[in-house]
Amino acid sequence: MTYMRRPSVVHPGLPHNDLGLSARDYEGGISTLCAGCGHDSVTSALVQTLFELNIPPHRVAKLSGIGCSSKTPAYFASASHGFNSVHGRMPSVATGANSVNRDLHYIGVSGDGDSLSIGFGQLCHAIRRNVNMLYVIDNNGVYGLTKGQFSASADVGTTAKKGEVNIQPPIDACLTALTMGCTFVARSFSGDKQQLVPLLKAGLTHKGFALIDIVSPCVTFNDHLGSTKSYDFTRQHYHPTIHTDFIPPAEEITVSSEDGDTISVELHDGSRVVLKKTDEQYDPTDRNSAYAYLQKHTAAQEVVTGLLFIDEAKPDMHETHMVVEQPLIDIDFDTLCPRRSALEKIQNRFR
Amino acid sequence: MKTAVITGPKDNDFTIKVGNVNGTGSASANTLLMKVLFRMGIPVVAKNYFPSNIQGFPTWYEIRASENGYMARSGRIDVMLAMNAETYQKDLACVAPGGYLIYDSTWPRHNVLNRQDITILGVPLSQLCNDNFASSRARILMKNIAYVGVMAALLDLDMEVVRELLNQSFASKAQLLDANQLAIDLGYQYAKENFECPLPFKATAIGKTDDHIIIDGNTAAGLGCVFAGATLGAWYPITPSTSIMDAFRAFCDEYRKDPVTGLSNSCVIQAEDELSAIGMVLGASWNGARAFTSTSGPGISLMNEFLGYGYFAEIPAVLIDVQRCGPSTGMPTRVQQSDILSCAYASHGDTRHVLLFPANPAECFTMSVQAFDLAEQLQTPIIVVTDLDIGMNDWMCPDLQWDDNYQPDRGKVLGADELEKMESFHRYLDTDGDGIAYRTLPGTHAKGAYFTRGSGHNMYGAYTEDSDEYKEIVDRLLTKWETAKGFVPRPELHGTDKSGIGILSIGSCHDAVLEARDRLAEGGISLNYLRVRAFPFNSEVQEFLDAHDRIYVVEQNRDAQLRGLLLLETKVEQDKLVPVLHYDGLPLYARFITDAVRTDLSRGQAA
Repeated sequence: MTYMRRPSVVHPGLPHNDLGLSARDYEGGISTLCAGCGHDSVTSALVQTLFELNIPPHRVAKLSGIGCSSKTPAYFASASHGFNSVHGRMPSVATGANSVNRDLHYIGVSGDGDSLSIGFGQLCHAIRRNVNMLYVIDNNGVYGLTKGQFSASADVGTTAKKGEVNIQPPIDACLTALTMGCTFVARSFSGDKQQLVPLLKAGLTHKGFALIDIVSPCVTFNDHLGSTKSYDFTRQHYHPTIHTDFIPPAEEITVSSEDGDTISVELHDGSRVVLKKTDEQYDPTDRNSAYAYLQKHTAAQEVVTGLLFIDEAKPDMHETHMVVEQPLIDIDFDTLCPRRSALEKIQNRFR
Repeated sequence: MKTAVITGPKDNDFTIKVGNVNGTGSASANTLLMKVLFRMGIPVVAKNYFPSNIQGFPTWYEIRASENGYMARSGRIDVMLAMNAETYQKDLACVAPGGYLIYDSTWPRHNVLNRQDITILGVPLSQLCNDNFASSRARILMKNIAYVGVMAALLDLDMEVVRELLNQSFASKAQLLDANQLAIDLGYQYAKENFECPLPFKATAIGKTDDHIIIDGNTAAGLGCVFAGATLGAWYPITPSTSIMDAFRAFCDEYRKDPVTGLSNSCVIQAEDELSAIGMVLGASWNGARAFTSTSGPGISLMNEFLGYGYFAEIPAVLIDVQRCGPSTGMPTRVQQSDILSCAYASHGDTRHVLLFPANPAECFTMSVQAFDLAEQLQTPIIVVTDLDIGMNDWMCPDLQWDDNYQPDRGKVLGADELEKMESFHRYLDTDGDGIAYRTLPGTHAKGAYFTRGSGHNMYGAYTEDSDEYKEIVDRLLTKWETAKGFVPRPELHGTDKSGIGILSIGSCHDAVLEARDRLAEGGISLNYLRVRAFPFNSEVQEFLDAHDRIYVVEQNRDAQLRGLLLLETKVEQDKLVPVLHYDGLPLYARFITDAVRTDLSRGQAA
């Protein structure tokens, strides 16, 4: 079984959010992933994110493809609808779902195999359309469910558990996203919840496609010496380049804006992300410089993390397709159907 | 047995074929010729044989005037307008004995290319146009219009109607109107002065096209999707289905766009491939919208995985498959009915899909609406299986009908109030015993949440690898399949003869079968005819199979796919079903069927 219901015991002292819900209301079934799996940390960060953003669970749609990562939508927000689709095709399902109901919060959870191999085309096209959604890649460099083959994100020279050396060059999700015109590109580490939660909040609030590539080690098949996606390797090469704070609309900004290394970006709902740079050369609002920086540091085997790029201005899919503000599913039939009188008029053209 | 009646051309009953080079602007001239006949009240159908190419390849356009309203290809050419030197030899050969060939006599014609049994008429079309038009483009285009003038004289077309159509086409372009009128006159005058006009067969106004329209099936299907209330069309361009989405988009722009803001209350997304197109449709339908995709055989192949998902996770979806000639890329601009089996059982595992088979553009309209109702009632993908002949050719159809009282059937969907009152909701519980469980839409109510998956699940919607729980689900899907038999359109029965001989057919074979049946009856052979309109087959199909000893199964593919489906899904004995298979890529015609039936029956008599 990969789904078990959690016992419904709620501690009376648990904190509640503005909706009167506790974090328990955002949890899902008990995870059946391996103990210590990075994906479970991402799941718990998502629970915290939804709870703290005061999002009604039933207004969330969770979507995924196939793989260990894609099972995780069953492990959070059990009061949200979920769509565990086919391998690599979640972006199209999310695109279609979003096109007819723009008012839900869409969270896609995918993996490196699901997104960078079989689903690479769909990922690129969802980015290209700027579908308004949070797209999380739990990236561990291996195929877990089929027992440890390299994925397309595995670095050249990294070794498998049984010693095989990877020879095919990797695809970098963030570099890809930047190239495809992604409007929110971040990288993080499942072991750094402090960094991850504000990124998830910002990504979910961002209007457009928010991609967060999360190094999320596979404890069973890819956590050994020689792997570049292990806990140890990631911790040693971890560079929190941009520190991200998420400030909800009503709250005051407490970080000093006089600091030259701080950039504040307003999101469409009035909330803000405040980015503190550890490297003053870096400009997360300049796509080209973000690309160059990321490429340079990746080549040096540094895992550059934080909100790497943000563009709040680019129109999303609904704007480019010139669709009304009202969700299409809420438009009544009598408005949609041209009726008999119109049909008669139309038919006169065919005589 | 009486001998077969071979009918030649007569007034209001003839076929004109035009051979052109594609990309030379002949379409408007050919449409004009067809429309004149239609407006004169003569039932007419056009078959366009075009290449999978942009410019320079041969293309043919057949116009059949049929007083009896037969919409199938005639299988006989009475007048050939041979405008393409490259195909001249072939075009000459196709004319029925006693027929006519018209060619551009500006250039010398090789003596070898002659026939004594037909009349060859030369018209210096290029010369006439070169003398009267300045630009090279106009000379090419007007040559086409000029042959319409020639035909007007030869067939005694109503020149008032010709003028009226030109006026309508060029209402806002006076210069073009003058040029076209001149081209018509050039051809008309030349024919009048040089040939005996009209020909022994001609057009006479008969008023048989009132309350009819000329429309192609793709336009009708796109229109049906608008009337059904579809709000998402997701697609990938593929011949011959592309014009469905073109039509949907155009009608949406007209009827659903706010003229001030330019914002639309529908969305058309050109996907990156067919995999994505069907994924979008499933996502949107899961979210509660009416969504559809249009495609052809290769697209169905690509959509297989998601079709299995839609079947197993029970998500509505509407697909319109405009069949073309396979296998593989095949002949993309030629017709076949060769997706029947691949649609019926699309995807791995035990899957079956509900199919609708329109026979003409009017049914493309009604069945596309029906498909959305069925998809939501049955919570499963519905494929409207049409074809290139219906989809891209202009057919005469009775006026499309619409009842303003129609309301979409959204099937079993629980709303927030119902969920609020329920203790708990389970997605796949069959509470009504019809195999159809209740579903909920995202965003409605926390109690309605469930996890949609293509992996093994039980009746509560939870993941399972338990054999009994798995079987409960797939067995219930069979119950739903039985329910579907009562929901899908019933077959259409023609005839109550007791001869025990029947014809069973499908889709665009229909008009050829009706015509063949009439011809056979004239020869003393009476056949009952059942047109299957949907899969699964309901009891009436079984009854027809039971009631006849010999049944000709007429279809347009090599492997007798409809016959195969009948053998798999009914209790019919194999020997009863005689395959009549037409699969060269051109539309079926009546004589092909009458020949097959006669040959088979005479073989039976000999034995």
